[in-house]
Amino acid sequence: MKFIYQTWWKILAVVLVFYTLIAGLLFHVPTLPILHETIRNLYFHVPMWMAMFTVFSISVIYSIMYLNTGKEEYDLASVECVNTGMMFFVLGLVTGMIWAKYTWGEFWSNDPKQNSAAIAFLLYCAYVVLRNSIDEEQKRGKISSIYNIFAFPIMVVLIMVLPRMTDSLHPGNGGNPAFGKMDLDNRMRVVLYPAFIGWSLIGVWIATIRYRIRLIEYKKNTII
Amino acid sequence: MKKLPFLILFLLTFTTVFAQQNTNIEMADALRSSGKIYVVIATIAIVFIGLAIYLFAIDRRLKKLEK
Repeated sequence: MKFIYQTWWKILAVVLVFYTLIAGLLFHVPTLPILHETIRNLYFHVPMWMAMFTVFSISVIYSIMYLNTGKEEYDLASVECVNTGMMFFVLGLVTGMIWAKYTWGEFWSNDPKQNSAAIAFLLYCAYVVLRNSIDEEQKRGKISSIYNIFAFPIMVVLIMVLPRMTDSLHPGNGGNPAFGKMDLDNRMRVVLYPAFIGWSLIGVWIATIRYRIRLIEYKKNTII
Repeated sequence: MKKLPFLILFLLTFTTVFAQQNTNIEMADALRSSGKIYVVIATIAIVFIGLAIYLFAIDRRLKKLEK
């Protein structure tokens, strides 16, 4: 756990995101109908989901570690990762809705991608409610860890798999061309991938700050 | 701390060459040619730097608390 106290990856995160903010607005993007300049949203909308996936994955790892060892710290880390992930989830949904308004015509067009993302969000809301409804520490840790481990693959299926099996307006789904060979040329990858890494690290950073606060609170409560 | 500059260097050293495209799709070229896009970028950059400094400040305060 020494990693979370180090500074170099926090600087890296800031530098990468800072670079994508500038490069994302200035660098060349493919000229496409309907999308026009909104294609630059790719650099800011998709990384939100990437950051969410990163912190949720870390949360699952800590849930498994908690079930293995029973150490309370791991449970706290797992919870704070989920809390941070929820924030990025909302950011991803809202940015997606704004983008949808100007390309698909409506904020919410009941598109499979949007609907299943909303369901996945409720899945994690249920996690928070479930966790807060149990008073006993060990019971709470165990039940919420198991729920978290099962919620993660369901969330991945809901967001990544199910929309791809039906027709969806969202790129990469149904018969829709993804931001693949045609749209996403290599000049976009130069910005997109640093954005993925940068925002994921920012997400991890926020999660570690929340975790450290939680740890102080926890230690304070156990001493008294 | 030596790995950080190297990491950044490797991540940012990437160039490709592309042929010119001929399409008539409307892009925000006017905004770019008039130079006003830099105002937007400056605003976003300042907002983000502010947030980053704020995060670092929280980090430092936490470190003090932990000791």
